[in-house]
Order: sequence, then C-alpha cells, then structure tokens
Amino acid sequence: MRLSNKAEEILEYLWIMTMETGKKMAGFKELKTDKNAPEVEELIALNFIDVLEKGIVLNKEGMKEAEDAVRRHRLAERLMIDVFGIRKNLMEDTACLFEHLIRKEVEDNICTLLGHPKVCPHGRAIPRGRCCRKRSRSPKSIVSNLADLKKGARGKVAYLHTGDNKKLRKLMTMGILPGVLVEVVQTFPSHVFKIGHMQIAVDREMAKDIFIRPRRRRQ
Amino acid sequence: MALLSLGKKEESCRCHGNTGEKTEGLQKVVLVGSPNVGKSVVFGYLTGRYVTVSNYPGTTVDVTRGKGKLGDKEFEIIDTPGMYSLLPITEEERVARSILLDENPAVVVQVVDAKNIERMLHMTLQLMEAEAPLVLVLNLMDEAERLGMKVDTGQLERELGIPVVATVATEGRGMDLLKEAVIRHEKKRGGIVKYDKVLESAVQRIQEKLKGEYRISKRAIALFLLQDDPDIRSLVRKQMKEDYRSLEEIIGETKNRYGQPLNYIVTLARQREILEIIKKVTVSSPEETMDFRERLSRLMMHPLAGVPILLLIIYSFYEFVGVFGAQISVNFLEETVFGKYINPFVTGIVISIIPWKVWQNLFVHDYGIITLGIRYAIAIILPVVTTFFIAFSIIEDSGYLPRLAMFIDRLFKKIGLNGRAVIPIVLGFGCDTMATMVTRTLETKRERIIATFLLALAVPCSAQIGVILALLAGNVGALWIFISVMAMIFLFTGYLAAKIVPGEKPLFFMEVPPLRWPKLSNVFTKTYTRVEWYFKEVLPLFVLASILIWAGKLTGLFDLLTNALSYPAALIGLPKEAATAFLYGFFRRDFGAAGLYDLKTAGLLNGIPLVVSVVTLALFMPCIAQFSITIKERGWKMALGMAAFIFPFAFFVGYLLNFVLNGLGIAL
Repeated sequence: MRLSNKAEEILEYLWIMTMETGKKMAGFKELKTDKNAPEVEELIALNFIDVLEKGIVLNKEGMKEAEDAVRRHRLAERLMIDVFGIRKNLMEDTACLFEHLIRKEVEDNICTLLGHPKVCPHGRAIPRGRCCRKRSRSPKSIVSNLADLKKGARGKVAYLHTGDNKKLRKLMTMGILPGVLVEVVQTFPSHVFKIGHMQIAVDREMAKDIFIRPRRRRQ
Repeated sequence: MALLSLGKKEESCRCHGNTGEKTEGLQKVVLVGSPNVGKSVVFGYLTGRYVTVSNYPGTTVDVTRGKGKLGDKEFEIIDTPGMYSLLPITEEERVARSILLDENPAVVVQVVDAKNIERMLHMTLQLMEAEAPLVLVLNLMDEAERLGMKVDTGQLERELGIPVVATVATEGRGMDLLKEAVIRHEKKRGGIVKYDKVLESAVQRIQEKLKGEYRISKRAIALFLLQDDPDIRSLVRKQMKEDYRSLEEIIGETKNRYGQPLNYIVTLARQREILEIIKKVTVSSPEETMDFRERLSRLMMHPLAGVPILLLIIYSFYEFVGVFGAQISVNFLEETVFGKYINPFVTGIVISIIPWKVWQNLFVHDYGIITLGIRYAIAIILPVVTTFFIAFSIIEDSGYLPRLAMFIDRLFKKIGLNGRAVIPIVLGFGCDTMATMVTRTLETKRERIIATFLLALAVPCSAQIGVILALLAGNVGALWIFISVMAMIFLFTGYLAAKIVPGEKPLFFMEVPPLRWPKLSNVFTKTYTRVEWYFKEVLPLFVLASILIWAGKLTGLFDLLTNALSYPAALIGLPKEAATAFLYGFFRRDFGAAGLYDLKTAGLLNGIPLVVSVVTLALFMPCIAQFSITIKERGWKMALGMAAFIFPFAFFVGYLLNFVLNGLGIAL
C-alpha cells in the first residue's frame, strides 16, 4: 500500500502542527482540502485520522505514519544540501518531490549515509529512526562529525548541531561555520583542527557538534 | 588575563590619577579586535607606552587608556580586551563592547589577523552595521605573507567602503599609514549585509518602533535584540519601559519562524557575504608547505613526542629557576652580599647608634627588619621570582601554553577544570596571588572555585619552591617524595572537589596560536613589571612580619603562639623550633619555608622531619596577600571555608606522611 502524495503531505502538516506548535486540529481550509476529497477518504480508510466537524486530528496510528513521512521529508532536504550541494532556495521543491520516492528500506540507508543527522537544513529536528538508535555505520557516511574523523582528514563544514546555544555561539565565534574548510591535525589527547590559517583545540564534546563533509585526499 | 595586565592596570591608574595626564575633551580612538592579534602593540605605537603583550589569547582584561599624538592632534587612545564578536560571551568581551556603547569614539580601529581575515570580517561587518566610524587594520601581514597569502587592500577598501591599512605592528610597518588613516577619518557609511526576507522585515519593524537614544545604529540594536543579547535588551527596556512589549512580540514571532537560534541564521548570512568578499580580495597559495614552526608545533602536540618535549621544558625550567635562581643566585646574595657585607655593616651601624638591645632587635639580629625581612625578600625570594618570571615570559610568548592546555585537558577534566586552567595553575608556581586573580578568566564559577582552592592548597609558589629546593638539595629521595605527595594531593583533592562542587561541566576550546620567537625586550619588560608588582606587594609584608615578630617576642605573645603550635608540630614529628617557621608561614608561605631553611642550616632539621615539615608548609594556606585576593575574588565565606579545610588538612597530611615514612622505615 502506498499513500498518495497529497495524503502524505496532510500527514506531515498535521504532525508538525501537533508536535511543534502544540495545536491539535487543522481545518480543511488550512489543509486546502475538504471532507470528501480522495486523500481524506484515503486517510480515513487507513484509520490514520479522525474527522471532526471543522477539521482533522491525527490518531495514534496516524502519528507514527506521519512521523515517518516527516522524517523522509527532512532527510530528503539534508540529502539535497549535503550531498547534492543544491542551493537552499532550490532545495524545497526538489526535496518535496524526492521524499515521496524514498521507500522505507532506503530511508535508513540515506540516514546512515548522512551520518544520522539530527536536524534538517531549517534547523528542525529530524525524527529518529531505528538506524539512529543502532547508529549503524555502513554504508559509509558522507557526513560525519569531527570527533569521528581521522588525523589528516579534510573537508568542509556541512552544518553545526548542538542543543546548547552557548556552545553554538562559541563555535561560531571561532569561525567554525558551514562552508569553511577544515583539516584534522590531531585527535588525541584533544581534537586539533585547522580552519583557514588558524588552529583550534577542542574537546570531544565540542567536536561532536561539528558535522563535516570529508573530501577525498588529493594524490 | 588579569595578571598579565597588572602592569597595565597600574598604568591605567597612573594615567587617570598619579601623573595627572588629562584626557578629557580629547577625541577618542578605540582599538578593538579578536584576542591575540596585536592590539596592545598597536596601542604601544600610538601612545608610546608599554603594555603587557604575550602570545596567547586574552592578555588584556581591562581597558587601558593613554594619550597619543597623531599628526599634530592629540587623541585619547583606548585599548580594549579581545573580543571575537560584538555579541559577547565572556566578561572581557562584555567590557570591550561596553566601550562602544558608552563612549563616543571619533574613530574605531579594528585590528585583525590578516591571515585569518575570513573569520575576522564578521566583526567588521557587525561594526559597520552598528555604523561605527571604522578603520580596518590588517595586522600580522608578515605571517600572512609567509603563508603565501596576498590581500588586495585597495579592493577590500572598495568592497567594504571603509579605510583599510596593512601593518606589521611589532616591526612598526604601516604604523604611519594607520596614523594617517585615523587623522583623516571621515564618517562614511560602508555597505551592510542583507538578511533574508523574514529577518529584514523583523529588523524593519523593530527599527520603526524602537525609541530612545543609542550610540550605535538602530539596525544593530534591532539585530542584537533578535539575537537575544541580554545587555542590549535591558538597555532598550530601560528607555522604552512598557512599550518594549511590542518589540518582544516581533522578536518572539520571528524566532518561531526559524528552528535554530537567530544568532546562527544571522551569522550564516554574514558568512555568505564574507566568502564573496574574500574571493575577490585574497590570493592564497594552493598548497601550504610545512615549515619548521609547523613541524615543531605538531611535535609539541603529539601524544608521544609531546611528552619528552614537555619534560625537556620542565627540566630547563628547573635548571634555570631551581639551580641558577634558587641555588647559585641565592647563595651568592645570601652568603656573600648579605652575610659578609650588608648584615655586619648594618648591624655595626645600628649598634653604634642605638644602645638599647630591644630597639636594636627591631632592625638587626635574628629577626630584625633588615637582617631578616629585607634579607629574605631580596636574597632568597627575589632571585627565584625573577628567574621564574623570565622563564614564564619566554614560554608564554613562544605560544607553548595553549599547546600544553590541549595536552592536559583530559587530565584536568577529571579534576573539574579544563585545559584553559593550565594558565592560572602554571602561573601559580610563580605567584599564587597573581594566579588567583587570573582564575577570573575561567568560564564557569565552578572552575573558578576549584582552581582557587587548588592554588591555595597544592600549588607552591616560586618563592616557596626556591626555598624547598634549597632545603632538599642533595637529597633526591626526599625531593621525589615531596613531588609525588604534592602531585597526589593536587589530583586527589581536585577529583573530590569536582565531585562536590556543583555546576556545569567545563568545555574546552582554545585557539592554538602559531609558535613565535619570544622577543627579548618584551620578555624583560614583562618580567620587570611583574617583579615590580610582586616586590611592591611583598616587601612591606616582610617588614611588617619582622615588626610583628619583634613585637610578639617583646610581649611574650609570640612565645605563647610558638608554644601552642609546637604541639601539632611535635605530633607530626618535628622539633619545637619548627613551630616558629610555621608561625612565619601564616604571614607568607615562603617566609615560613625560609625559616625552615635557617633551621636546616643550623642542623636542627633533617631526614623525615624535614620532608614532613616541607610538605606541611607547602600545603598551608597561602600568604596573607593570596588570602586577601581569594576573599576579593571568591568572597568571605568561600575564603574562610577554604582556610578551615586547609590548615587541619595540612597537619593531617604531615601526620600521615610522618607515620607512613617511619612505618616503612625509610631513611632519608
């Protein structure tokens, strides 16, 4: 069984609303649909939503399905930016098309490939999948955090991720920002890396929040 | 860092008070920039005065003011602590920015490290956003050139729309151009960064509603508010009162549009702009060659090769401070200069002038101001302190300390500190009082408490170490016991403190500056200002101690105390006379240790009791000066609490050590 694109988008919308803004019900107008539209009937048939008088609410089953859809969407966005290097303003459309093509089996592989990213390029959390909990390593990640890189590795900063605002600011003021070239000088006893013409020493805690897209070494 | 600017602090005092230099009414030139880019050197050139300069970030914590004549016009020049961004994280950065908010500079000179221009331009753009009257100085051009990097200053000037000057401040290169640029400066508006639609509209709306008088542009205020700057928030709130709520709504609304802190979003936009500029103005050589400096630097940080290098440095340090300073120089000054000339000479004069023995004792004989106070200060303490600071300044200027910090971070984490704390701790081996002041630069309160405590308990200062080395000279076993006991106590109490003291876990991040050859003139000026500070503080205390001892002896109070102290002393297996040394130790630890030195010379103290007394004294609460600084920095409660732990603990360790050494039948 496969959901239609339209139905999948409704699920995503509802999930984001429920999880990230705290509102529960979305009106038909808001969703640009109505009670008798095929996508709504499709979702009712699968028992993912409850239809109220003025709008729709996700039920427990639907929540799970919706979370997966959001995950695919945000992973697709990361894939666009980190791997394909698509500019942010073009990303949205491509990602929207792409997410619907991602099958569940591939989803975990993409996630692993990207080094189990925690946030989408807009900074919203990506729901964690099974692979994140297992932190599986193959296939080889394309983006990995600085703490996992070996001595001599080079690459560009893909993004920063930290829950700690102060830490984020510290990293930024040291000039550690997306697009900046980084070379790992050493990994023990502390992580030392070169950024521009400057070297910075950080501990593992800080290195873990810097995500790098490593470059193959020049011959 | 605080101490390092002690000399500086005095200087700023001087120019505000003592020498009565008047800066009122003069136009102000404010120097700003990241740490370790040479602001203080530029300051020196503009004003003609020396300020402490070193090769690690954060040498300046206070604002320094001076007067400088540029062309035929006088300016007030203001040097600020380093800041990475106009959005402050640390106390020093807050201090630096407040100058821009509170004063009305005619010119703001931003000094940057040319080779890291990409990172530095963030603040340039922020300053332009704030509409500061800006001159950009690309300093350290020699290092950039050595890396094969070229910067087109003319192009950069056009891109930014502000004057740009390339300099090598340490050699004076480009300083005339800078002076010229400051004199000729006229307020021009440079370009500004455009943010995305949502942010721009928020900035627009805030600017429209913003009321009040500010020294920086409203656009900058709006952006600071959006990025959650607490100082700016309270500044605006003070002026707008109730009306502030309308701004809060806009801010909250805008934040909700983004999943990440607005600070991140704003910085990313700026970064994009900077990358564009950089592409147009710089040329870098494609592949960097590993030169000797870089190779040496990597060896120093290498987990294996770094260890022998560290040991070699410690050994040289020991040879210079421990042998040359504490033994050769001390012997010469103590035995020859004081023993043969000064003491007999002064004693002769005093005896001939003052017939009463009691008054004679105040100046000469065993505990006189000159024969004891001055002799200790000059003959025993001075050479050690001087050699220590010479060695420390060399290491400091070479840039080794940040490398040591990264090396030791893991170990320090175990005792609740991070690698950065290596600077106050190493400095503590020079002077604990200065080091306690420098703990200010540690980021969290928890680290400051732990570092202060460890400095008070387990880090002997250079003066003490000097005397201890002299005491244990020729007794390798005793020296090793001393070192291992102190190291164990340092780690053990640190570990416990880390468990007990609440607060956030420290994070380590530090810029590792390139290795640089220490400049001899800088090393000596720096040593001079530090020794001068130390001496001014120490000498009166030593004189005071002599007077107190004299008075105490006269009134019998001293004997009473010595008697009282002789019990715990006896308990840890020491001769009664050692109690006198402990009593001195309350004034200054080194003073007490010097007292032990006299006992040993007299043949009263040897073997196990010697080691035990040295350890006990080294653990003692610091000298009065350090105690008072501890009160100042950490408060009464904390300082007294530490004292209440340290004194009994010192005796307890002494007792334990005595028991163990005797029990094992170790002969020393």
